[in-house]
Formats: sequence, C-alpha cells, structure tokens
Amino acid sequence: MHPAPSVIVFTTLSGLGFGLLFFLGLGLPDVSGWVAFVFFALGFGLAVGGLLASTFHLGHPERAIKAFSQWRSSWLSREGVAAVAALVIMGIYAAALIFLDKKLAPLGWIGAALSLATVYATSMIYAQLTTVPRWKTALTPALLLSISLAGGALLAGQLAAAKILLPIAAVIQVIWWVRGDNALKQSGTDMASATGLGNIGTVRAFEPPHTGTNYLLRELVFQVGRKHALKVRAMALILGFIMPVLLILIPFAHVLILVAIVMHLMGIAASRWLFFAEAEHVVGLYYGKR
Amino acid sequence: MEGGQMTTLPENTTRKLGLVIDLDTCVGCHACVISCKGWNTENYGAPLSDQNAYDGAASGTFLNRVHSYEVQPLATSAMPHPAAQLVHFPKSCLHCEDAPCVTVCPTGASYKRVEDGIVLVNESDCIGCGLCAWACPYGARELDAAEGVMKKCTLCVDRIYNDNLPEEDRVPACVRTCPAGARHFGDFADPESNVSKLSAERGGMDLMPEQGTKPVNKYLPPRPKDQMDQSEQIDILAPFLEPVMEEPKGFLGWLDKALEKI
Repeated sequence: MHPAPSVIVFTTLSGLGFGLLFFLGLGLPDVSGWVAFVFFALGFGLAVGGLLASTFHLGHPERAIKAFSQWRSSWLSREGVAAVAALVIMGIYAAALIFLDKKLAPLGWIGAALSLATVYATSMIYAQLTTVPRWKTALTPALLLSISLAGGALLAGQLAAAKILLPIAAVIQVIWWVRGDNALKQSGTDMASATGLGNIGTVRAFEPPHTGTNYLLRELVFQVGRKHALKVRAMALILGFIMPVLLILIPFAHVLILVAIVMHLMGIAASRWLFFAEAEHVVGLYYGKR
Repeated sequence: MEGGQMTTLPENTTRKLGLVIDLDTCVGCHACVISCKGWNTENYGAPLSDQNAYDGAASGTFLNRVHSYEVQPLATSAMPHPAAQLVHFPKSCLHCEDAPCVTVCPTGASYKRVEDGIVLVNESDCIGCGLCAWACPYGARELDAAEGVMKKCTLCVDRIYNDNLPEEDRVPACVRTCPAGARHFGDFADPESNVSKLSAERGGMDLMPEQGTKPVNKYLPPRPKDQMDQSEQIDILAPFLEPVMEEPKGFLGWLDKALEKI
C-alpha cells in the first residue's frame, strides 16, 4: 500500500493524542488549572491535528461531514463518530477542570473509553480488509491500541505504566511483523485463484493492460525492498520502544522524558510507514507484482 | 434508496445482472476497454480523465482493463514439453453479492441496488477517501485524478434501461462492441437466462473465491488446447514436401563415400 504521508501523520499523531486523552480522562495525572490546560491542549492538538491531516488525502474534503452517516456498517464512519464524541466529552471535562476547577470524574471515564474506542475503530479500518492479509488480524487492533496506550502513558508522565506498556507494545509489534511476513502466503490468494487459471498450469503475468501506470498501481501496489524494510524495522524498534524505556529507567529528569517522547514519536512514525509500505494488496497479483 | 441504509448490503436482489466473460474466446483486442471508456466518458457521471496523455508518463481512469497471462502447463510423461498458453483476461467490476467495497463506504455513496444487484457510486456523496478501492480485491475501482471521486463499472446502467436506444444496443458497451463474442450480459437470478446456461455449461468460475465476495460475473475457463507438439502429424502438406532424393548419387555420392573413409 502507498505510504501516504497524510495517513501516516494522522494515525501516528491521533493515536498518541487519544492515548494521552485516555490517561487524562482517568485523572492521571490529577491536574487542574494551567497545568491541565497544557496537558489537554497537547492531547487535543495531537488528536485534532491528526484528524485534519487525514482529510488531506480526500478527493472532496468539503464533503467530509457526510462520512459521519454510515456508522452502522463502516468502520471509517464509526471512527469519525467516536472521535467527535471523544473530543466533545473530553472538551467538557477539560473545560470544567480548567475553568471551574471541578472534576467531573464519570465524564472523564466516558471520554477515556471513547478515546480508546476511536483508536480501535481506526485499527479496524485496516484489520477488516481481507484484501490486505498483513492487516487482516486481531493483532492489528492490539498493535495500534498498545502503541496508543504506551505513548499516552509516556506523554502523561505515567512512567510506571509506560515501563510496562512500552515493552508490551514492542512485543506485539514484533509478533505482528513476523506473522505479517507470511500472511499473504497463508491467505490462500495467489495468481492461480486470482485468474482461475491455476488448474492449467503456472500463471505468469505476460502483459499488463496498459503501458503506463494507474491509480491501482500507485495506491495499492507499493513495493519496498526487504533489506530496507529490515533497517526501518530496527529503527522503529530502537527509537519507538527500547530507547524510551531505557531513558525513563534513568531516575526522573524532565529533559530525558522529552527526548524519550521525541524518539518514541519518530519510532512510531517509522513503524507506521512500514505498516503501509509493507502491506501487500492482493490486486497486485493481477499485475504479477507479488 | 433511503439515506443511512445505503452502505449495508441488500439481503437479496430481485435480479442479478452481470457478465459472463469467455477466456477461451477473448482475443485481447482491447475493444471493450475503448468502448467502455468512450461511453462512460460521454454519459453518466464524471468523465474518465487522462493525465499527461501525450507525454511519457500517461495515466488514466478505466473501468475495464484487459490483462494477458502466460500459463505454462506442467510437463507429463505423455507431454514432456507442453506449449505455454496465452490467455487474455478482461477485468471489470464483478458486482459481488457480498461487495466489501459497499460496506466500508463512510458516506453511503457506494451502494448495491436491490432491484438488479448493480453496484454503483453516487458521485455527489463520494468524498474520495479511496477505502472502497482498498476493499476491492479485483482492482475494479479507480479514483479519478481530475474529479476526485471513485469511478467503477455501472454495467452501463444508462444503456440497459435506455428506451431511446435500439433494443440491440441495450447491453453494456463492452458486450455490444466485443468482436469475438467473448462477453455476455444477462440475469444470473434466472436459471434459464443466456448467462446462467452458458455458465453452467462451460463451468463458469469465480475469481478469488476465497475472498468471500461472491462475485456475480463469471469467467469461462479456456477450453483444452490442441496438442501440436505431439507425434501426431497434423500438417496435411508435409508428406508432399518430403525430399525426393535421400542419398547423394554420382560425383557427390563418390565424394561422400570418399570423405567418410578418411
């Protein structure tokens, strides 16, 4: 799949933002006044910034409001509804906390649940696609949720939680990669089933339908060299998980946490680039590109 | 069509309109590609645009594309060197019964019609997110780069019910134009229809059945090929062209023998 910068930025930032809002909704850290304002502004900035970035890849962003209508069947629609609900509830909770110095705890819990629901809905947009075997697994929501929670804990300064959540996310990430490398083969979809010609013999793409490229090849048939993929995986693992854990194990220092957060964000962006770049869409089989 | 219900699939459609594509007959001429592009650029919905049509990086939107595959049969003791076969393979929307492109749509722009099963896009509701193209295993949907909306085969919905056209033209443009008769249009819900019978007779198959999309369109597999590489002589002129003189005679004959003795 084409690793569109808008989608990578969106899933990385909004995942982190909603992770932070989850902890803030639970009252971790228990903040009020100006400190609360800064924390919530950061959470909202990341979540909303990510959502806005996602509209950049739309053909008609001015009609985006229509995307809230199909929550009965569409995970993309559910994501939009959950995101707006989470932001509205957390907005009220934050306003009460900042301006009235009043903690409406149950509202915070609902907001926290909705924040996680948003990340889950995002992950299901990918995990539902039978056409991309690497994504079609319960490990995909597990991966995006665990990364969101780990990043949120880091950003919320919940270091005890982050020390546990970051390694958990790292382990899920590695399992997700290992499973993913065999996913297309295990899906049973190959050139034989794509063309129905497999019972005659071995099928090879002889001539593509056109001399140039097309939307399908640009959007769905991105190919990344395995050597580069391994390097980026190592970067994602070291920056996203290992370094942040090592940094927060060193006794408390704000600067180090800041470095840990920046590294984590870079690592997750790398992981998210691979999430798309390595994902093989089965339509590539028709072009002999798998 | 009620808004809000559109991206859920109908339990059942009254008719199941679709195509039978005969891989044995298709000659790979791409006439269906051109007639499809022509009709669907000039009629219903946004035109199918091209980008950089006249420089090296040409690209454009098509609803129907013809691939060509080489199939190499496995060697057997009866046929140690089987010839590879070339199969031309037209591919357009299969109007699936369980169309994954419809259910993923966040706006309700994509829908499957209850009355005839045609999968369509309401272009004024489409936000161009591209998720339906991701959900389709067949590459049947392409986002038009000029219009920013998703384009797909409509089964020429503006031809098949069009009373202004002569009756023989009330079929999809690709079917009407195919010079080889490799494309057939009809109702699969009717077991007595031309397409149902043809599919039953020739073993019509689903593409990627394991994807669970239940395609309506069926592909007829190529018939077994003649085996030209076998010992059976099929050239009727060959016996008349056999060399008249097998052994050299006269001076050449003497030279031949003399050289062999050396």
